[in-house]
Amino acid sequence: MTRTFLLRGMLVGIVAGLIVFAFARVVGEPQVERAIAFEAGMDQARGEAPEPEMVSRKLQRGFGLLTGTLVYGAAIGGLFGLVFAYAYGRSPVTDPRALAALLAAIGFVTIVLVPTLKYPANPPAVGNAETIGVRTGAYFLLIASSLAAMVLSMKAGRYLSRRYGAWNGYLLAAALYVVIVSAVSRWMPEIDEVPAGFPVTLMWKFRVASLEIQVVLWAALGLLFGWLTERDLNSSRTAA
Amino acid sequence: MAQFASTSISHPVAIPVIPVRELMPYALFGGLLMLLAIYFVGAEQGATSLIHGRMVHEFVHDGRHLLGFPCH
Repeated sequence: MTRTFLLRGMLVGIVAGLIVFAFARVVGEPQVERAIAFEAGMDQARGEAPEPEMVSRKLQRGFGLLTGTLVYGAAIGGLFGLVFAYAYGRSPVTDPRALAALLAAIGFVTIVLVPTLKYPANPPAVGNAETIGVRTGAYFLLIASSLAAMVLSMKAGRYLSRRYGAWNGYLLAAALYVVIVSAVSRWMPEIDEVPAGFPVTLMWKFRVASLEIQVVLWAALGLLFGWLTERDLNSSRTAA
Repeated sequence: MAQFASTSISHPVAIPVIPVRELMPYALFGGLLMLLAIYFVGAEQGATSLIHGRMVHEFVHDGRHLLGFPCH
C-alpha cells in the first residue's frame, strides 16, 4: 500500500510538474525576462560587464525550467504520497478525495504560503550574492519550523476537538499554529535586498506569478491524487 | 482488503491503517531521496555545493526563482 501511494504521488507530481511548466512558461517567464533586462541595465549603468551566460536563456527557460518543475513536482508528490499513506485511516476525514484535497491545502499553507509571507520569492536582480548562505538557511529553517508547528497543532487539534468539539478544537489548533509561526518568524532575520529603482509592479507581478505557480502545483497534486485513489479503491472493492 | 469489501455502503467503512513499521522504510529512503531532489533544484551551488561549478545552478535558474527559492 505504501509503495502504491509513494509511486502514485511521484507520478501525479510529474504530471503536475508538466502543468506547472506550461503555466510558468506563460505567466512567470515574462517577469523573469523583464527582471534580467533590469539587471543588465543596472550592470551597464555601473560600467560593469554583463554576467557571462553559461547556460543560454533559451535553455534556461525551456529545458532547464522543465527539469526544475518536473523534479520538484515528483519530489513534492512523493512526499505527499507518504503523508497520505500515514493519514489515510488515521484522519477523521475518510473520503480519499476529500483527504487528498485537504492534505494538499494544508501542505500548500505550511510549506509555501506561510514561509512566503516572511521570505517571498525574488526575481533575478534582487538579492545580494554575499548573503545567499543566510537567506538559504533562514528560508529552509522557516519551512521546517512551519512544518513542525503544523504537526504539533494537528496533534493538539485532535485532542482539543475531543474536549471542545471539532469546530472549536481545530480553530484553537489553527490559532496555536499561527501563534507559533508568528513568534518564530519574528525572531528570524529580516531580509531586504531590493535594489533601488526596481519596478514595484514587476516585483508584484513576479511574486503573484510565483504564488500562482505553487497553487497550480498543489491543486493538481491533491485533486489528481484523490481522483486516482478513489478510482483504485472502487475498482478493488468491486473486484473482490 | 477483502474483509472490508463485503461491508455495505450504508455502513461506515473501516479503512485499514498502514502500520508505522510498514511505512518507515519508505518514509526514510523515499523521503531522503525526495529531499535530495528538492535540494538539487532549490539550493545546490547556491549556499552549498556538492558539485563543482555553476552549471546546475544556471540550468535550473528560472525554476529556482519562480518556485520561490533564494537564488544568487
